[in-house]
Amino acid sequence: MKHFDVIVIGGGHAGTEAAHASARLGVKTALVTMRRRDIGVMSCNPAIGGLGKGHLVREIDAMDGVMGRVADKAGIQFRLLNRRKGPAVQGPRAQCDRKIYQREMLAETEQQKNLSIVEGEVVDLLMESGSVSGVELADGERIQSGAVILTSGTFLRGVIHIGDVSHSGGRIGDDSSERLANRLDGFDLKLGRLKTGTPPRLDGRTINWEGLQTQPGDDEPTMFSFLSAKPTARQVSCGITHTNEKTHDIIRNNLARSAMYGGHIDGVGPRYCPSIEDKVVRFSEKTSHQIFLEPEGLDDFTIYPNGISTSLPIDVQNDYVHSINGLENAEILQPGYAIEYDYVDPRGLKATLELKSVPNLYLAGQINGTTGYEEAAAQGLVAGLNAALSSKSEPELLFSRSNSYIGVMVDDLVTRGVSEPYRMFTSRAEFRLSLRADNADQRLTPGAMGIGCVSEERQASFLAKISELERVKTILGSLTFTSKDVADLGMKLSKDGARRTGLELLSFPDIDFQTICPLFPTLAETTSMIRKQVECDALYANYLQRQQRDIDALRKDESHVIPDDFQYDNLGGLSNELKMKLSKAKPANLAQASRLDGMTPAALTILLTRLRSTKGRLQA
Amino acid sequence: MDTVFAQATASGRAGVAVIRLSGPDAHEIATVLCGDLPKPRQSSIRRIVDHDGSILDQALILCFSAPNSFTGEDVVEFHLHGSIAVVRAVLRRLGDFSNARLAEPGEFSRRALENGQLDLAQIEGLGDLIEAETEAQRKQALQGLAGKLGERVGLWRVNLIRAAALLEATIDFVDEDVPVDVSPEVVLLVRDVLNSIRLEIDGYQMAERIRAGFEVAIVGAPNVGKSTLLNALAGRDAAITSEVAGTTRDVIEVRMDLGGLPVTILDTAGIRVSVDPVESMGIERAISRARAADLRVFLTEDESVLVTDVMPDDIIVLPKADTLPEGSKTCVSGLTGQGVPELLQQMEAVLKERSQSAGLATHERQRVCLVRAADGLDRGSRLLSQGPEKYDIVAEEFRQVTRALESLIGRVDVEDFLDEIFANFCVGK
Repeated sequence: MKHFDVIVIGGGHAGTEAAHASARLGVKTALVTMRRRDIGVMSCNPAIGGLGKGHLVREIDAMDGVMGRVADKAGIQFRLLNRRKGPAVQGPRAQCDRKIYQREMLAETEQQKNLSIVEGEVVDLLMESGSVSGVELADGERIQSGAVILTSGTFLRGVIHIGDVSHSGGRIGDDSSERLANRLDGFDLKLGRLKTGTPPRLDGRTINWEGLQTQPGDDEPTMFSFLSAKPTARQVSCGITHTNEKTHDIIRNNLARSAMYGGHIDGVGPRYCPSIEDKVVRFSEKTSHQIFLEPEGLDDFTIYPNGISTSLPIDVQNDYVHSINGLENAEILQPGYAIEYDYVDPRGLKATLELKSVPNLYLAGQINGTTGYEEAAAQGLVAGLNAALSSKSEPELLFSRSNSYIGVMVDDLVTRGVSEPYRMFTSRAEFRLSLRADNADQRLTPGAMGIGCVSEERQASFLAKISELERVKTILGSLTFTSKDVADLGMKLSKDGARRTGLELLSFPDIDFQTICPLFPTLAETTSMIRKQVECDALYANYLQRQQRDIDALRKDESHVIPDDFQYDNLGGLSNELKMKLSKAKPANLAQASRLDGMTPAALTILLTRLRSTKGRLQA
Repeated sequence: MDTVFAQATASGRAGVAVIRLSGPDAHEIATVLCGDLPKPRQSSIRRIVDHDGSILDQALILCFSAPNSFTGEDVVEFHLHGSIAVVRAVLRRLGDFSNARLAEPGEFSRRALENGQLDLAQIEGLGDLIEAETEAQRKQALQGLAGKLGERVGLWRVNLIRAAALLEATIDFVDEDVPVDVSPEVVLLVRDVLNSIRLEIDGYQMAERIRAGFEVAIVGAPNVGKSTLLNALAGRDAAITSEVAGTTRDVIEVRMDLGGLPVTILDTAGIRVSVDPVESMGIERAISRARAADLRVFLTEDESVLVTDVMPDDIIVLPKADTLPEGSKTCVSGLTGQGVPELLQQMEAVLKERSQSAGLATHERQRVCLVRAADGLDRGSRLLSQGPEKYDIVAEEFRQVTRALESLIGRVDVEDFLDEIFANFCVGK
């Protein structure tokens, strides 16, 4: 029987990132996928990044993950969202060429040391005294492994709806994995049902682009990877059009035929990415909605009309598409559809994404109730690293709310669960001003180097950046200037007689690196990346100090680890309801416990007191 | 969870003494003591028996079932005969149960807080109510206990969350169908909340006075009869009086109920130039206490020679009315009581008028939270006017404001306060 340390089921965004992370740690890893050509498929919109999501990609890259590098190669339009807002809320985003993305992801995967691609359908998990010990393929082959990471996306009892027609299946053209679902049922996990939708895909050659607004990429593209310098693919623009009253009338008149409104779907859909039916019903006062016409590739004429996902029947889709400016004669290549699927309540997971009740089985991606490529990939990273660390008998690597969006997401999932498909937003991160896309490497790369999942190239580039950053900051902090010195540069400051360092000067909104450069001749050569980073740190300096206090408090709470077998029953002073909640949730530390619904400060104090006394006894 | 018990009424002889028992085993333990229990919320007479079957007392028993009780747990109240020996015997018997223990100070209230029966501001109101001596204090504490402050905080929170959500929408949904300029609504929401919080901060001083008491200082030159007046106001000999000028050296305080308001009258040393170091110290102290007081009553024969600054509402009266000719203007005599009721009325009117502006926040802890919230809102609204590029920082300010408000009613960050608050409660409340 073949043996691997870690087996990853699924070659989507969670699966590839998981397999790469595991292999980077030097353990023997297999990526099992139905077809080699499924690796790196973008099954929804042809874009990576965005607000919150761009942060996740940067963080994956800081851990030397693959998504950022591949997206940079496939990027055909780069835009930094929120360019005119504060740097903490700016998110890099790229329109990607599907084929290049797939090609590059496959190439990366084939090149990765310790990683084998196995083509086949996993139909069952091998079990050994309650723990998962491998997989069984459809052809009967059995493969052993120390850990299995399941990234089966929407394949769990997926049902596709186009209007009132529905059939079983994940993405169009794929079979749903019913047998595996039965095995999971046996684990008695808490399941929920969600839904998501896609728009009809259009033939770009049949769109009348004359008179449509276009949206070009940024003049200075912002890359995802700290290692990428500039785009390699040809750059293109997106088109913009709008729905109108006529479109809305057509949709309104056919609501009864929509899978979602006709009562064919029970799952809960996302509030933030509504279908066009949803938009027309819920925002009935709006007479028009924006549609981005996104090219799916450079040598592909398919257009993804972002903003009109639907589960209406095909004839209605045709009618409403044709009512839209520029799309009068547009041909639908593939109708839009809604898919509903089961997800596993992520509160059953540890922060490593291993199931609490099934040792050695990790879940990542949509199966945990999330939506989005970036959310999936980030979970893949967490599961892949921890499965590999576990197989090497090394301590787990936990991400914290205070060091990453990855930490925020994992914590949200395992402590709060989901009620709709979970998508990352910057507003989910309470330490948003500290967790910026520009400093993802400083936050995470040192830890990644510590566990050995970083290439020599990245390590060298990171260390060089850090030492340059230190050098620049030291020089900026070493000299002080009066308001008169600054006035000579053409900038006004209040004449309070105070002498300010270069760093302090940068905290003024009107003063940037370029302005004060004449005061520091040795810094004239500083790269734009370092300049930007120094500016961001200075801009938020006061708030970062305040957040640091909160972060320290959180870290202190996180350091109070609650043992797995901790007995809440004989904890005096807790209500029975809270005891039950705690016993069920099994928080890993005091910080996690504090975020449980209904937790009170008094109850936390009691918990802390007991943890301290238990610790005291153990040491004694 | 332990089951705990304590005497809920004051110790000592009384008609009735109440012992409260709270926790998961409360009903079981009470059943051992007095047989089957009356239905919840229906009182009944039971014999409380000892281990050997002998009777400890005949008592009125009142049961409550979780969560419908003060603590939110199962509760039994034993209304005993108010004898020291009976109470001691029943407490001893309860202590014999291995699954029950004497409650720690404030533990019943702590459990009420923990089980969500009361918020932190309500707990503070409860403490105030128990301490209340006057009508105004009672009314104010009842407001606190009823959760008025929590209600107001709830309203602010709703508006702030709305304001923050508007900002977050423009940050997180930049490419989607959201209103482009949300600032007018945010400005409006924030201004309303800020004004309302500032009003509450302004009302704190008076509210705190109602809780802790007003100070009225009697000031004047030596030997004008200040101490005699104090004794007349107090209705007893609180201060030593003599013909010798400079008799009062330290500040003498007398606490009284003035039309429902708690008032402390201060008798201060007569103010003059003195070579006696002890008297000089007394004079210095008199001046500073008089300045800090809420109201000053000046006893002076000559209005142009006032010993310390007169502030609005201060009362100036002629002393020793008994020695003045009939029909002199506002005058008072501690000796005969002439003018004393009028003076009391005048003091009461001034303080009543001021107490109208009292807010809901009565404790320094609450005020600190309010000030933190107001400061954050103030900074946030200034940044807001600088446009969307500052929205990330504005949102951070609002986040801190919400935290400050939440800690006001005890939702977060209160570990440090808890011990202090509960330490102020004696067992059994």
